[in-house]
Amino acid sequence: MEAIRQQFFNLAIMEQAFPLILAGLKQTIVICLIVIPLGLVGGLAFALTSLSRFRTVRWTVIAGIDFFRAIPPLVLLIFIYAGLPFAGFRPSPMTAVAIAFFLNTSSYYGEIYRAGIESVGLGQWDAARSTGLRGYQTLTYVVLPQAVRNVLPDLVSNAVEVVKLTSIASVVALPELLYSADMARSVTFNSSPIVLAAAIYLAMLWPVVRLISRLERRIAT
Amino acid sequence: MEASSRFLDTFFNWEVIERYLPAIMKGVVVTIEIAAAVVVAGILLGLALAIVRSFQVLVVNALIVVFVDVFRALPPLVLVLLVYFGLPNIGINLPSFAVLWLVLALVLAAFAEEIFWAGILSIPKGQWEAARSTGLSFLGTLAYIVLPQAIRLTVPPLTNRTIAITKNTALGTVIGVGEILNQATTAQSFSGNATPLMMGAIAYVILFIPVVVLGRFLETRFAWRRV
Repeated sequence: MEAIRQQFFNLAIMEQAFPLILAGLKQTIVICLIVIPLGLVGGLAFALTSLSRFRTVRWTVIAGIDFFRAIPPLVLLIFIYAGLPFAGFRPSPMTAVAIAFFLNTSSYYGEIYRAGIESVGLGQWDAARSTGLRGYQTLTYVVLPQAVRNVLPDLVSNAVEVVKLTSIASVVALPELLYSADMARSVTFNSSPIVLAAAIYLAMLWPVVRLISRLERRIAT
Repeated sequence: MEASSRFLDTFFNWEVIERYLPAIMKGVVVTIEIAAAVVVAGILLGLALAIVRSFQVLVVNALIVVFVDVFRALPPLVLVLLVYFGLPNIGINLPSFAVLWLVLALVLAAFAEEIFWAGILSIPKGQWEAARSTGLSFLGTLAYIVLPQAIRLTVPPLTNRTIAITKNTALGTVIGVGEILNQATTAQSFSGNATPLMMGAIAYVILFIPVVVLGRFLETRFAWRRV
Protein backbone atom coordinates (compact mmCIF):
# COMPACT_ATOMS: atom_id res chain seq x y z
CA MET A 1 0.00 0.00 0.00
CA GLU A 2 2.79 2.36 1.01
CA ALA A 3 4.63 1.44 -2.19
CA ILE A 4 1.60 2.40 -4.27
CA ARG A 5 1.29 5.71 -2.45
CA GLN A 6 5.01 6.41 -2.92
CA GLN A 7 4.96 5.40 -6.56
CA PHE A 8 1.70 6.95 -7.80
CA PHE A 9 0.57 9.58 -5.32
CA ASN A 10 3.79 11.11 -4.12
CA LEU A 11 2.78 14.68 -3.29
CA ALA A 12 6.33 15.96 -2.91
CA ILE A 13 7.20 14.83 -6.42
CA MET A 14 3.92 16.16 -7.81
CA GLU A 15 4.67 19.52 -6.27
CA GLN A 16 8.13 19.51 -7.78
CA ALA A 17 6.79 18.60 -11.23
CA PHE A 18 3.87 21.01 -11.04
CA PRO A 19 5.42 24.04 -12.85
CA LEU A 20 6.60 21.82 -15.71
CA ILE A 21 3.20 20.15 -15.98
CA LEU A 22 1.43 23.49 -15.87
CA ALA A 23 3.52 24.68 -18.81
CA GLY A 24 2.55 21.47 -20.59
CA LEU A 25 -1.11 22.11 -19.87
CA LYS A 26 -0.81 25.56 -21.47
CA GLN A 27 0.71 23.97 -24.57
CA THR A 28 -2.09 21.38 -24.69
CA ILE A 29 -4.67 24.15 -24.54
CA VAL A 30 -2.88 26.02 -27.34
CA ILE A 31 -2.92 22.87 -29.50
CA CYS A 32 -6.64 22.39 -28.82
CA LEU A 33 -7.38 26.00 -29.71
CA ILE A 34 -5.62 25.48 -33.03
CA VAL A 35 -6.79 22.02 -34.03
CA ILE A 36 -10.44 22.01 -32.94
CA PRO A 37 -11.48 25.12 -34.93
CA LEU A 38 -9.34 23.88 -37.83
CA GLY A 39 -11.15 20.55 -37.72
CA LEU A 40 -14.59 22.13 -37.42
CA VAL A 41 -14.01 24.34 -40.47
CA GLY A 42 -12.22 21.65 -42.48
CA GLY A 43 -14.92 19.14 -41.57
CA LEU A 44 -17.63 21.44 -42.86
CA ALA A 45 -15.72 21.85 -46.12
CA PHE A 46 -15.30 18.07 -46.39
CA ALA A 47 -19.00 17.52 -45.67
CA LEU A 48 -20.22 20.06 -48.21
CA THR A 49 -17.90 18.79 -50.95
CA SER A 50 -18.84 15.18 -50.14
CA LEU A 51 -22.46 16.14 -50.95
CA SER A 52 -21.40 17.81 -54.20
CA ARG A 53 -23.54 17.30 -57.25
CA PHE A 54 -20.47 16.27 -59.27
CA ARG A 55 -19.80 12.59 -58.88
CA THR A 56 -16.01 12.85 -59.25
CA VAL A 57 -15.75 15.48 -56.51
CA ARG A 58 -18.07 13.51 -54.25
CA TRP A 59 -16.21 10.24 -54.64
CA THR A 60 -12.77 11.80 -54.30
CA VAL A 61 -13.72 13.51 -51.04
CA ILE A 62 -15.41 10.40 -49.62
CA ALA A 63 -12.35 8.30 -50.52
CA GLY A 64 -10.16 10.90 -48.80
CA ILE A 65 -12.35 10.89 -45.69
CA ASP A 66 -12.25 7.09 -45.48
CA PHE A 67 -8.50 7.09 -46.03
CA PHE A 68 -7.85 9.45 -43.14
CA ARG A 69 -10.32 7.63 -40.92
CA ALA A 70 -8.58 4.33 -41.65
CA ILE A 71 -5.07 5.48 -40.83
CA PRO A 72 -4.22 5.76 -37.11
CA PRO A 73 -3.53 9.42 -36.24
CA LEU A 74 -0.16 8.51 -34.70
CA VAL A 75 0.91 6.90 -37.98
CA LEU A 76 -0.16 10.01 -39.87
CA LEU A 77 1.68 12.26 -37.43
CA ILE A 78 4.91 10.25 -37.58
CA PHE A 79 4.68 10.05 -41.35
CA ILE A 80 4.43 13.82 -41.59
CA TYR A 81 7.04 14.52 -38.93
CA ALA A 82 9.62 11.85 -39.83
CA GLY A 83 8.73 11.00 -43.44
CA LEU A 84 8.22 14.36 -45.12
CA PRO A 85 11.73 15.66 -44.30
CA PHE A 86 12.96 13.05 -46.81
CA ALA A 87 10.96 14.94 -49.43
CA GLY A 88 12.57 18.21 -48.39
CA PHE A 89 9.80 19.51 -46.11
CA ARG A 90 10.84 19.69 -42.47
CA PRO A 91 7.82 20.65 -40.35
CA SER A 92 8.22 21.80 -36.75
CA PRO A 93 6.45 19.56 -34.21
CA MET A 94 3.58 22.05 -34.00
CA THR A 95 3.19 22.25 -37.79
CA ALA A 96 3.27 18.46 -38.06
CA VAL A 97 0.62 18.18 -35.34
CA ALA A 98 -1.53 20.83 -37.02
CA ILE A 99 -1.37 19.09 -40.42
CA ALA A 100 -1.99 15.59 -39.04
CA PHE A 101 -4.86 16.74 -36.84
CA PHE A 102 -6.37 18.81 -39.63
CA LEU A 103 -6.56 15.76 -41.91
CA ASN A 104 -7.73 13.35 -39.22
CA THR A 105 -10.13 15.59 -37.33
CA SER A 106 -11.67 17.14 -40.44
CA SER A 107 -12.48 13.67 -41.74
CA TYR A 108 -14.29 12.73 -38.55
CA TYR A 109 -16.09 16.07 -38.30
CA GLY A 110 -16.91 15.82 -42.00
CA GLU A 111 -18.71 12.52 -41.44
CA ILE A 112 -20.62 13.97 -38.49
CA TYR A 113 -21.75 17.08 -40.39
CA ARG A 114 -22.73 14.90 -43.33
CA ALA A 115 -24.91 12.70 -41.14
CA GLY A 116 -26.44 15.89 -39.74
CA ILE A 117 -27.15 17.42 -43.14
CA GLU A 118 -28.65 14.15 -44.37
CA SER A 119 -30.86 13.97 -41.27
CA VAL A 120 -32.62 17.19 -42.35
CA GLY A 121 -35.57 16.27 -44.57
CA LEU A 122 -35.56 17.17 -48.24
CA GLY A 123 -38.83 19.05 -47.68
CA GLN A 124 -36.84 21.66 -45.75
CA TRP A 125 -34.72 22.35 -48.83
CA ASP A 126 -37.76 22.53 -51.09
CA ALA A 127 -39.69 24.78 -48.74
CA ALA A 128 -36.73 27.14 -48.21
CA ARG A 129 -35.95 27.36 -51.91
CA SER A 130 -39.61 28.01 -52.73
CA THR A 131 -39.61 31.05 -50.44
CA GLY A 132 -36.94 32.52 -52.72
CA LEU A 133 -33.83 31.68 -50.66
CA ARG A 134 -30.79 30.79 -52.70
CA GLY A 135 -29.01 27.46 -52.37
CA TYR A 136 -26.27 28.72 -50.06
CA GLN A 137 -28.80 30.74 -48.03
CA THR A 138 -30.93 27.62 -47.57
CA LEU A 139 -27.84 25.82 -46.37
CA THR A 140 -26.72 28.52 -43.91
CA TYR A 141 -30.05 29.63 -42.51
CA VAL A 142 -32.26 26.55 -42.74
CA VAL A 143 -30.36 23.29 -43.10
CA LEU A 144 -27.13 23.75 -41.14
CA PRO A 145 -28.73 25.05 -37.92
CA GLN A 146 -30.98 21.98 -37.77
CA ALA A 147 -28.19 19.65 -38.88
CA VAL A 148 -25.82 20.90 -36.19
CA ARG A 149 -28.50 20.58 -33.52
CA ASN A 150 -29.20 16.98 -34.54
CA VAL A 151 -25.56 15.92 -34.29
CA LEU A 152 -24.52 18.16 -31.40
CA PRO A 153 -23.66 15.23 -29.06
CA ASP A 154 -21.41 13.76 -31.74
CA LEU A 155 -19.69 17.10 -32.35
CA VAL A 156 -19.00 17.52 -28.64
CA SER A 157 -17.96 13.91 -28.24
CA ASN A 158 -15.51 14.27 -31.12
CA ALA A 159 -14.06 17.39 -29.49
CA VAL A 160 -13.34 15.27 -26.40
CA GLU A 161 -11.62 12.72 -28.60
CA VAL A 162 -9.50 15.49 -30.14
CA VAL A 163 -8.43 16.83 -26.74
CA LYS A 164 -7.46 13.29 -25.69
CA LEU A 165 -5.67 12.79 -29.00
CA THR A 166 -3.43 15.83 -28.45
CA SER A 167 -1.48 13.55 -26.07
CA ILE A 168 0.10 11.84 -29.11
CA ALA A 169 1.92 15.12 -29.84
CA SER A 170 4.27 14.00 -27.05
CA VAL A 171 5.67 11.40 -29.47
CA VAL A 172 7.08 14.15 -31.71
CA ALA A 173 8.50 15.94 -28.65
CA LEU A 174 5.96 18.74 -28.51
CA PRO A 175 6.11 19.73 -24.83
CA GLU A 176 2.40 19.34 -24.07
CA LEU A 177 0.80 17.94 -20.92
CA LEU A 178 1.73 14.28 -21.33
CA TYR A 179 5.22 15.06 -22.65
CA SER A 180 6.00 17.26 -19.65
CA ALA A 181 4.62 14.66 -17.25
CA ASP A 182 6.63 11.88 -18.88
CA MET A 183 9.72 14.04 -18.75
CA ALA A 184 9.21 14.52 -15.01
CA ARG A 185 8.64 10.78 -14.67
CA SER A 186 11.89 9.89 -16.38
CA VAL A 187 13.83 12.33 -14.19
CA THR A 188 12.26 11.24 -10.89
CA PHE A 189 11.77 7.52 -11.69
CA ASN A 190 8.32 7.93 -10.22
CA SER A 191 4.88 7.74 -11.86
CA SER A 192 3.25 10.47 -9.78
CA PRO A 193 3.72 13.17 -12.46
CA ILE A 194 1.74 11.05 -14.92
CA VAL A 195 -0.98 10.54 -12.31
CA LEU A 196 -1.09 14.31 -11.92
CA ALA A 197 -1.39 14.76 -15.69
CA ALA A 198 -4.15 12.13 -15.74
CA ALA A 199 -5.96 14.03 -12.98
CA ILE A 200 -5.75 17.21 -15.07
CA TYR A 201 -7.14 15.46 -18.16
CA LEU A 202 -9.88 14.03 -15.97
CA ALA A 203 -10.73 17.42 -14.49
CA MET A 204 -10.97 18.93 -17.99
CA LEU A 205 -12.90 16.15 -19.66
CA TRP A 206 -15.03 14.40 -17.04
CA PRO A 207 -17.71 17.14 -16.97
CA VAL A 208 -17.90 17.03 -20.77
CA VAL A 209 -18.14 13.22 -20.80
CA ARG A 210 -21.04 13.42 -18.30
CA LEU A 211 -22.69 16.09 -20.46
CA ILE A 212 -22.39 13.89 -23.56
CA SER A 213 -24.02 10.96 -21.76
CA ARG A 214 -26.94 13.17 -20.87
CA LEU A 215 -27.23 14.73 -24.34
CA GLU A 216 -27.20 11.26 -25.91
CA ARG A 217 -29.97 10.02 -23.61
CA ARG A 218 -32.11 13.05 -24.41
CA ILE A 219 -31.77 12.58 -28.17
CA ALA A 220 -32.38 8.83 -27.91
CA THR A 221 -35.70 9.13 -26.09
CA MET B 1 11.45 13.47 -64.36
CA GLU B 2 14.31 14.09 -61.94
CA ALA B 3 11.94 15.09 -59.11
CA SER B 4 9.59 12.18 -59.65
CA SER B 5 12.37 9.61 -59.61
CA ARG B 6 13.72 11.14 -56.42
CA PHE B 7 10.25 10.92 -54.93
CA LEU B 8 9.96 7.24 -55.89
CA ASP B 9 13.44 6.60 -54.55
CA THR B 10 12.50 8.15 -51.21
CA PHE B 11 9.01 6.76 -50.65
CA PHE B 12 8.75 3.68 -52.88
CA ASN B 13 12.31 2.38 -52.96
CA TRP B 14 12.11 -1.16 -54.30
CA GLU B 15 15.24 -2.41 -52.54
CA VAL B 16 14.02 -1.10 -49.20
CA ILE B 17 10.58 -2.62 -49.77
CA GLU B 18 12.12 -6.02 -50.45
CA ARG B 19 14.40 -5.84 -47.45
CA TYR B 20 11.81 -4.71 -44.90
CA LEU B 21 8.64 -6.36 -46.15
CA PRO B 22 9.09 -9.35 -43.78
CA ALA B 23 9.46 -7.01 -40.78
CA ILE B 24 6.36 -5.03 -41.74
CA MET B 25 4.42 -8.28 -42.25
CA LYS B 26 5.49 -9.39 -38.79
CA GLY B 27 4.12 -6.10 -37.51
CA VAL B 28 0.86 -6.70 -39.35
CA VAL B 29 0.48 -10.06 -37.58
CA VAL B 30 1.17 -8.49 -34.18
CA THR B 31 -1.30 -5.67 -34.86
CA ILE B 32 -4.01 -8.14 -35.91
CA GLU B 33 -3.39 -10.35 -32.87
CA ILE B 34 -3.56 -7.49 -30.39
CA ALA B 35 -6.53 -5.89 -32.14
CA ALA B 36 -8.46 -9.18 -32.08
CA ALA B 37 -7.67 -9.76 -28.41
CA VAL B 38 -8.70 -6.19 -27.56
CA VAL B 39 -12.00 -6.44 -29.46
CA VAL B 40 -13.00 -9.76 -27.86
CA ALA B 41 -12.02 -8.82 -24.30
CA GLY B 42 -13.31 -5.25 -24.52
CA ILE B 43 -16.73 -6.03 -25.95
CA LEU B 44 -17.34 -9.01 -23.65
CA LEU B 45 -16.33 -7.04 -20.56
CA GLY B 46 -18.44 -4.09 -21.70
CA LEU B 47 -21.47 -6.34 -22.21
CA ALA B 48 -20.91 -8.02 -18.84
CA LEU B 49 -20.74 -4.63 -17.11
CA ALA B 50 -23.93 -3.44 -18.84
CA ILE B 51 -25.72 -6.61 -17.69
CA VAL B 52 -24.47 -6.15 -14.13
CA ARG B 53 -25.61 -2.54 -14.28
CA SER B 54 -29.14 -3.58 -15.22
CA PHE B 55 -29.52 -5.20 -11.77
CA GLN B 56 -29.53 -1.61 -10.43
CA VAL B 57 -27.47 -2.17 -7.28
CA LEU B 58 -26.62 1.37 -6.22
CA VAL B 59 -23.01 0.85 -5.05
CA VAL B 60 -22.09 -1.42 -7.95
CA ASN B 61 -23.61 0.98 -10.48
CA ALA B 62 -21.73 3.92 -9.02
CA LEU B 63 -18.47 1.98 -9.39
CA ILE B 64 -19.30 1.07 -12.99
CA VAL B 65 -20.11 4.69 -13.84
CA VAL B 66 -16.84 5.90 -12.33
CA PHE B 67 -14.85 3.25 -14.22
CA VAL B 68 -16.61 4.07 -17.49
CA ASP B 69 -16.21 7.83 -17.12
CA VAL B 70 -12.55 7.65 -16.17
CA PHE B 71 -11.65 5.40 -19.07
CA ARG B 72 -13.66 7.55 -21.47
CA ALA B 73 -12.06 10.78 -20.28
CA LEU B 74 -8.39 9.74 -20.12
CA PRO B 75 -6.22 9.63 -23.25
CA PRO B 76 -5.21 5.99 -23.93
CA LEU B 77 -1.55 7.02 -24.25
CA VAL B 78 -1.61 8.39 -20.69
CA LEU B 79 -2.95 5.06 -19.45
CA VAL B 80 -0.39 3.11 -21.47
CA LEU B 81 2.52 5.08 -20.00
CA LEU B 82 1.05 4.94 -16.49
CA VAL B 83 0.64 1.16 -16.55
CA TYR B 84 3.88 0.45 -18.40
CA PHE B 85 6.15 2.55 -16.22
CA GLY B 86 4.16 2.44 -13.00
CA LEU B 87 3.44 -1.24 -12.38
CA PRO B 88 7.07 -2.51 -12.40
CA ASN B 89 7.84 -0.16 -9.51
CA ILE B 90 5.28 -1.87 -7.32
CA GLY B 91 6.49 -5.31 -8.31
CA ILE B 92 4.16 -6.17 -11.19
CA ASN B 93 5.99 -6.87 -14.44
CA LEU B 94 3.89 -7.14 -17.57
CA PRO B 95 5.31 -7.49 -21.07
CA SER B 96 4.62 -4.44 -23.24
CA PHE B 97 2.10 -6.17 -25.51
CA ALA B 98 0.11 -7.22 -22.43
CA VAL B 99 0.09 -3.62 -21.19
CA LEU B 100 -1.21 -2.41 -24.56
CA TRP B 101 -3.86 -5.15 -24.65
CA LEU B 102 -4.98 -4.50 -21.07
CA VAL B 103 -5.29 -0.74 -21.49
CA LEU B 104 -7.08 -0.83 -24.86
CA ALA B 105 -9.42 -3.62 -23.72
CA LEU B 106 -10.40 -1.59 -20.64
CA VAL B 107 -10.95 1.55 -22.75
CA LEU B 108 -13.09 -0.38 -25.23
CA ALA B 109 -15.00 -2.02 -22.35
CA ALA B 110 -15.82 1.43 -20.94
CA PHE B 111 -17.18 2.72 -24.24
CA ALA B 112 -18.95 -0.58 -25.01
CA GLU B 113 -20.65 -0.61 -21.60
CA GLU B 114 -21.99 2.89 -22.21
CA ILE B 115 -23.28 1.92 -25.67
CA PHE B 116 -24.86 -1.37 -24.50
CA TRP B 117 -26.42 0.40 -21.53
CA ALA B 118 -27.92 3.08 -23.79
CA GLY B 119 -29.28 0.24 -25.93
CA ILE B 120 -30.85 -1.51 -22.94
CA LEU B 121 -32.39 1.76 -21.74
CA SER B 122 -33.89 2.40 -25.16
CA ILE B 123 -36.07 -0.72 -24.94
CA PRO B 124 -39.53 0.38 -23.73
CA LYS B 125 -40.65 -0.71 -20.25
CA GLY B 126 -43.63 -2.51 -21.80
CA GLN B 127 -41.26 -5.09 -23.26
CA TRP B 128 -39.92 -5.90 -19.80
CA GLU B 129 -43.39 -6.05 -18.26
CA ALA B 130 -44.85 -8.19 -21.03
CA ALA B 131 -41.93 -10.63 -20.85
CA ARG B 132 -42.01 -10.88 -17.05
CA SER B 133 -45.79 -11.45 -17.08
CA THR B 134 -45.33 -14.52 -19.29
CA GLY B 135 -43.28 -16.01 -16.46
CA LEU B 136 -39.78 -15.29 -17.81
CA SER B 137 -37.23 -14.54 -15.10
CA PHE B 138 -35.32 -11.24 -14.96
CA LEU B 139 -32.27 -12.78 -16.61
CA GLY B 140 -34.43 -14.61 -19.15
CA THR B 141 -36.11 -11.34 -20.12
CA LEU B 142 -32.74 -9.67 -20.45
CA ALA B 143 -31.25 -12.51 -22.50
CA TYR B 144 -34.15 -13.35 -24.79
CA ILE B 145 -36.17 -10.15 -25.10
CA VAL B 146 -34.18 -7.03 -24.26
CA LEU B 147 -30.61 -7.73 -25.35
CA PRO B 148 -31.47 -9.03 -28.85
CA GLN B 149 -33.32 -5.78 -29.56
CA ALA B 150 -30.81 -3.58 -27.75
CA ILE B 151 -27.76 -5.05 -29.47
CA ARG B 152 -29.26 -4.32 -32.89
CA LEU B 153 -29.32 -0.63 -31.98
CA THR B 154 -25.77 -0.71 -30.71
CA VAL B 155 -24.19 -2.14 -33.87
CA PRO B 156 -23.29 1.13 -35.68
CA PRO B 157 -21.89 3.12 -32.74
CA LEU B 158 -20.11 0.08 -31.38
CA THR B 159 -18.51 -0.68 -34.74
CA ASN B 160 -17.21 2.87 -35.11
CA ARG B 161 -15.89 2.95 -31.56
CA THR B 162 -14.24 -0.42 -31.94
CA ILE B 163 -12.48 0.70 -35.12
CA ALA B 164 -11.25 3.87 -33.41
CA ILE B 165 -9.88 1.92 -30.45
CA THR B 166 -8.21 -0.85 -32.46
CA LYS B 167 -6.40 1.87 -34.43
CA ASN B 168 -4.85 2.82 -31.10
CA THR B 169 -2.74 -0.34 -31.29
CA ALA B 170 -0.29 2.05 -33.01
CA LEU B 171 0.31 3.58 -29.57
CA GLY B 172 2.16 0.36 -28.73
CA THR B 173 5.16 1.71 -30.61
CA VAL B 174 5.80 4.13 -27.74
CA ILE B 175 6.42 1.23 -25.33
CA GLY B 176 8.16 -0.95 -27.91
CA VAL B 177 5.42 -3.37 -28.97
CA GLY B 178 6.56 -4.72 -32.33
CA GLU B 179 3.45 -3.74 -34.26
CA ILE B 180 3.30 -2.12 -37.71
CA LEU B 181 4.29 1.42 -36.76
CA ASN B 182 7.13 0.19 -34.55
CA GLN B 183 8.53 -2.02 -37.31
CA ALA B 184 8.18 0.84 -39.77
CA THR B 185 9.96 3.46 -37.66
CA THR B 186 12.73 0.99 -36.81
CA ALA B 187 13.19 0.10 -40.48
CA GLN B 188 13.12 3.77 -41.38
CA SER B 189 15.95 4.62 -39.01
CA PHE B 190 18.03 1.63 -40.22
CA SER B 191 17.52 2.33 -43.91
CA GLY B 192 17.61 6.13 -43.73
CA ASN B 193 14.71 6.10 -46.14
CA ALA B 194 11.03 7.01 -45.81
CA THR B 195 9.81 3.92 -47.70
CA PRO B 196 9.14 1.82 -44.56
CA LEU B 197 6.88 4.57 -43.19
CA MET B 198 4.98 4.54 -46.45
CA MET B 199 4.73 0.74 -46.23
CA GLY B 200 3.43 0.98 -42.68
CA ALA B 201 0.86 3.58 -43.67
CA ILE B 202 -0.26 1.44 -46.60
CA ALA B 203 -0.49 -1.63 -44.35
CA TYR B 204 -2.79 0.26 -41.98
CA VAL B 205 -4.94 1.51 -44.84
CA ILE B 206 -5.27 -2.01 -46.27
CA LEU B 207 -6.19 -3.34 -42.81
CA PHE B 208 -8.64 -0.63 -41.86
CA ILE B 209 -10.30 0.62 -45.08
CA PRO B 210 -12.54 -2.48 -45.22
CA VAL B 211 -13.71 -1.97 -41.62
CA VAL B 212 -14.26 1.77 -42.14
CA VAL B 213 -16.35 1.04 -45.23
CA LEU B 214 -18.22 -1.66 -43.28
CA GLY B 215 -18.85 0.87 -40.50
CA ARG B 216 -20.23 3.37 -43.02
CA PHE B 217 -22.48 0.65 -44.48
CA LEU B 218 -23.79 -0.38 -41.06
CA GLU B 219 -24.43 3.24 -40.17
CA THR B 220 -26.66 3.87 -43.20
CA ARG B 221 -28.27 0.46 -42.79
CA PHE B 222 -29.27 1.01 -39.15
CA ALA B 223 -29.64 4.80 -39.43
CA TRP B 224 -32.07 6.75 -37.28
CA ARG B 225 -34.31 8.30 -39.90
CA ARG B 226 -35.76 11.71 -39.26
CA VAL B 227 -38.35 13.35 -41.49
